[in-house]
Amino acid sequence: MRLITTTGLTLKQAGKTVLRDVDMHIDRGEIVTLVGPNGSGKSTLVKGLIGALKPESGTVDTLHNLRIGYVPQTLHMDGLLPLTVARFLCLPHRHSKDAMARALTEAGVPNLAGTQMRALSGGQFQRVLLARALLMAPDLLILDEATQGLDQPGAAAFYQQIANVRRDLGCAVLMVSHDLHVVMAASDRVLCLNGHVCCEGTPDVVQDAPEYQALFGTGTQGAFAIYRHDHDHAHDHTHHHHDEHDHA
Amino acid sequence: MTMLDDFLVRAGLAGIGTALTAAPLGCFVVWRRMAYFGDATAHAALLGVAMSLALQGPIMLGVLCAALLMALMVQTLSGRGLAEDTLLGVAAHSALAVGLVAVSFLSGVRVDLMAYLFGDILAVSKTDLAVIWGGAAVVIGLMLWRWHRLLTATLNPDLAQASGISFRTEQLVITIALAITVAVAIKAVGALLIGALLVIPPAAARPLARTPEVMALLTALIGSVAAIAGLGAAFQFDTPTGPTIVCVAAGIFTITTLVGRFGRQTG
Repeated sequence: MRLITTTGLTLKQAGKTVLRDVDMHIDRGEIVTLVGPNGSGKSTLVKGLIGALKPESGTVDTLHNLRIGYVPQTLHMDGLLPLTVARFLCLPHRHSKDAMARALTEAGVPNLAGTQMRALSGGQFQRVLLARALLMAPDLLILDEATQGLDQPGAAAFYQQIANVRRDLGCAVLMVSHDLHVVMAASDRVLCLNGHVCCEGTPDVVQDAPEYQALFGTGTQGAFAIYRHDHDHAHDHTHHHHDEHDHA
Repeated sequence: MTMLDDFLVRAGLAGIGTALTAAPLGCFVVWRRMAYFGDATAHAALLGVAMSLALQGPIMLGVLCAALLMALMVQTLSGRGLAEDTLLGVAAHSALAVGLVAVSFLSGVRVDLMAYLFGDILAVSKTDLAVIWGGAAVVIGLMLWRWHRLLTATLNPDLAQASGISFRTEQLVITIALAITVAVAIKAVGALLIGALLVIPPAAARPLARTPEVMALLTALIGSVAAIAGLGAAFQFDTPTGPTIVCVAAGIFTITTLVGRFGRQTG
């Protein structure tokens, strides 16, 4: 089932056209990854999808009552606003203590409810953001560069958490990331952006695509191999759902 | 209503009303780093005074309109070239200068400029008091109604948008509340010190609070204490009331900041 579909979506930011003619969709339960160089319009597309940016032309169609859990790129907490984790989780909607405890556990950070937000480490902070998104009981989880500021093992662990969440809750996931090889391993489908959709498909298809290699080179090929699934990939543009995410 | 016939009682009530109005809004001014925005809006108040005197309308209405216009103008212009602090600096000082020049043109009226610059809380009338508490009720009501949405929008615009909260709408709520607060506060502390009343009490409350709600309540308490103690001190030492109130608030800020530091080191 289609959760969200864009048709001919063109988005402007600060008077500049950042994305042209984007046709994309996300189905229930799949993990889609947006990759692309800096300034390629990844975050802009996310803004368009969550409704923070009005389309210049084209449309964004969402399933009626689609619940989006959004984990932003960064959340600047400078200590001026006193905020415990529990209070943060209740913005903008209140949740029961049990629900909060469950979400924190699902996100991998139990027992943090009473901690001040600014006392959290980078990894804890991202997981608390994830817990907040999970409290919305999302059909679609959107993560915009959610592992910025995490080191490589931290990012890999975070994506493993996402894979677990998808497995347990069955929500679709849209990820934006620079950590190409880590992310791509966990994805069902990859969209490569550079002002428009240059190529898309399964991780294998995209990494072999000339458009992708023109943007990112072929230097990371070796790293991909480590994370590649033990699947027989059909090298076409269909997507399939992995039941297991084995990153060993 | 014999109690309200005492000018000191009226002054005290005006001070508390102003402090309560400024408290929740002041918190947002601090959280959203809008201190300069508050200053620019407050300085526009003087222009409102000049307009009111020229048109012989009620002062607070003129101030409300000028503050609202200034706030909306700054908001529209921001993000279009000039850096935010430069734009706000231009706006704040220009508004003050234009207001002073405009008042000087009103040669027909005898204007007590000091009263508008630094407040004249001892001259608060019953009507002023009604307007101040009416404004307080509107601002506090607005803040209570939108509290969760305002907090979410303060954290992150995109986070708010994903929860179906319009960042622009919430920003407009803050702007309107700010304009009302400026109109309410001009009598008590004057155009020059409204910014101080917005920023100092929440800054003083911050080290003692663990949640936004506690911080807002503490801000209201600190603002009220500053108003009453400042009023008493001004009466005692025959000093100007507005600046004295701000001095007391600054003193409380110093104490809570030191307590916060000390508390963190030992505990």
